[in-house]
Amino acid sequence: MGRISSPQALEQFRNEILSKRDPNQPCITVCAGTGCHASGCHQVVEAFKKVLQDHSEGHRFNLRMTGCHGFCEKGPLVVIHPQKILYQRVKPEDAPKIFEETILRGKILESLLYEHPTTGEKITHEDDVPFYKKQMRIIFGNNGSIDPTQIEDYLAVGGYRALAKALSSMHPDQIIQEVKKANLRGRGGGGFPAGLKWETCKKAPGDIRYVVCNADEGDPGAYMDRSLLEGNPHSVLEGMIIGAYAIGAYEGYVYVRNEYPLAVINIGIAIEQARELGFLGENILGSGFNFDVKVSRGGGAFVCGESTALMASIEGNVGEPRAKHIHTVISGLWDRPTNLNNVETWANVPVIIDRGADWYAQIGTEGSKGTKIFSLVGKVNNTGLVEVPMGITLREVVYEMGGGIPGGKKFKAVQTGGPSGGCIPESLIDLPVDFDRLTEVGSMMGSGGMIVMDESTCMVDVAKYFTNFLKDESCGKCTSCREGTKRMHEILTEITEGRGTIEHLDLLEELGWVTAETSLCGLGQTAPNPVLSTIRYFRDEYREHIINKRCPAKVCRVLLEYRILSNVCTRCGRCAKVCPEKAITGKRKTKKEEGEPFKIDAEKCVKCGMCFETCKFEAIEVE
Amino acid sequence: MTRSEIEAIIDRYEGKESSILAILQDIQAREKYLPKETLEHVGERLRIPINKIYRIATFYRAFSLTPRGRHEIVVCLGTACHVRGGVRIVDRLTVELRIRPGETTPDRKFTLETVNCLGVCASGPIMVVDGHYFGKMNSAQVRGILDQFDTDKKESLNGKN
Repeated sequence: MGRISSPQALEQFRNEILSKRDPNQPCITVCAGTGCHASGCHQVVEAFKKVLQDHSEGHRFNLRMTGCHGFCEKGPLVVIHPQKILYQRVKPEDAPKIFEETILRGKILESLLYEHPTTGEKITHEDDVPFYKKQMRIIFGNNGSIDPTQIEDYLAVGGYRALAKALSSMHPDQIIQEVKKANLRGRGGGGFPAGLKWETCKKAPGDIRYVVCNADEGDPGAYMDRSLLEGNPHSVLEGMIIGAYAIGAYEGYVYVRNEYPLAVINIGIAIEQARELGFLGENILGSGFNFDVKVSRGGGAFVCGESTALMASIEGNVGEPRAKHIHTVISGLWDRPTNLNNVETWANVPVIIDRGADWYAQIGTEGSKGTKIFSLVGKVNNTGLVEVPMGITLREVVYEMGGGIPGGKKFKAVQTGGPSGGCIPESLIDLPVDFDRLTEVGSMMGSGGMIVMDESTCMVDVAKYFTNFLKDESCGKCTSCREGTKRMHEILTEITEGRGTIEHLDLLEELGWVTAETSLCGLGQTAPNPVLSTIRYFRDEYREHIINKRCPAKVCRVLLEYRILSNVCTRCGRCAKVCPEKAITGKRKTKKEEGEPFKIDAEKCVKCGMCFETCKFEAIEVE
Repeated sequence: MTRSEIEAIIDRYEGKESSILAILQDIQAREKYLPKETLEHVGERLRIPINKIYRIATFYRAFSLTPRGRHEIVVCLGTACHVRGGVRIVDRLTVELRIRPGETTPDRKFTLETVNCLGVCASGPIMVVDGHYFGKMNSAQVRGILDQFDTDKKESLNGKN
């Protein structure tokens, strides 16, 4: 197939693809996102390939490696279409059984089904699993059914239809109006209205304009952008092309983290394929509009997620932010008007154009429309990516989709917004999640990380963790950020090591205020959030560290003491064997001897916790 | 790396000054670090002062100016891995290898690195050795994994069997 020269030719090509595909033909899809890759999906794919090859009926079935389905906790995931039977934690040796039993005979393999954590009920179909049930997957949904390296798969689910519509029947201004009407807000963190940004960029003086996709997803604990770019790169590309047409840009960049090798590969393949079929390049779909996209790989600096730093990095410079008295939409990349949006924002654009702003604006809350993909991680049963309508409560996300806290522990907080965000306590668990409400409670949406914390998470330690992260990632340009994050980290270290004083709390608040008010970019301006929000909601925990020198969550090592409970100790001696300091003594129980319970020498103990993690009998107590 | 190999990388980016990051990344990927002579050569060819190249090479985490070990260990310290105890894995590794994050063992067998998030949060705490992922780690498993990659040990073990 050569370049497609008109919207009509696109529809014809799409019909050709669809006519060759029988929707009822069984298809085995294996999730090949990074999460499932880490749990061994490639061996599962190889096993299925072999089964299909060896069996005389094998050719009748399709096998497809798809992008991330989101339910990473239970990977490798296998879904059998058209019934959408979900098998979880599949091993290569399960492949022949799945083929013989389920695909040929229609028999469900109970042992591979998802089991409800509380009721123990086995669930057969993907859509019935509570993790998926409440989701609204308008952006993320196609990840599970398409092979990201096959443009035909994207076309089969209606891909590039929105682009054809935009180019053939909409004026660029009309597109901007549509995005404004949908009230699409930037999914990268700030939540700035995308339509307004596009309009300003379009009106900025100059002939050359750029569009940029920010895929420098640096927030620890957030990976929805990676999953989109890996699993459905064409949807991001389609959004960018529509945006470029609306703004009048002829060149675009995707700035992607180098730590995401699969995303770099898949977006590269997608660009090649889009060029071959004429969705990129000159005279796109016969409209006379020219546009092309390049990939720029990041160098592993968190600050490059900030727009001006990112642009400096694309230009081949050190990624330092600059003052934004003149915004990047007026003067950005190589001093030209540049419109930057994040991966998820771009992926929303085709949906808005295809289904209309009115439909889109029905979803969500007053100020935040549409859906948001969150990465639900940390101390929660069902870890993974969830796409939900804006305005859903934290409770629904954590308890209904996430299945609650593992090990029967008590919920403590949810951290949102990465290092720029804050910790939301249990008292606010019924908070509807949208841009404005999260900001009101001292956190922020950020790119959508949702890290669940339970009673065994120390909030002072969490604040210390984030300031440590920020002090490393501060580019050093503003003194207040460079020194402020460093001093906050020092103070928090003092507190977690038992040298804190009550004045430290005031000092932290003051430092936080100065850092926020006098830093140039978002990194410094939001850097105190993790500290201030934990002081605000968990002041007692800080006081406990400072006054009683105790860490209630038993995390801060210096404040802990390990003891072996002699009545529980089975005298197996495993703890003594792993102790790096030889601080544990005792006598092993053998067939001949009773042995002696083991003891920890507090003087020698470095509190590494190895014994605690090794003991199988819960004989080691931490205080 | 020979001169012509460096030239080939530079030519891939049409000798553009703005492609300096990509050029350094390709060199880093091949050599696992940025040798001084190579940087000087790149600077001459692209007409970029060596101090600017060093500024870039030291600013971005992706680059190393010192040679790396044969095996690269990366421990994720993203928030999700942190709350599940990722630091304990790093602590254990520093005890076992006697190096801190960012350093290489004197025998150049292992380099230890930490990363701020690999996006594999469901399997956290996670440790990656030469691209192999080890999920749901606890510190007691560290030694066993190191032994898998310690070729000398492996050989002596095989010899015994």
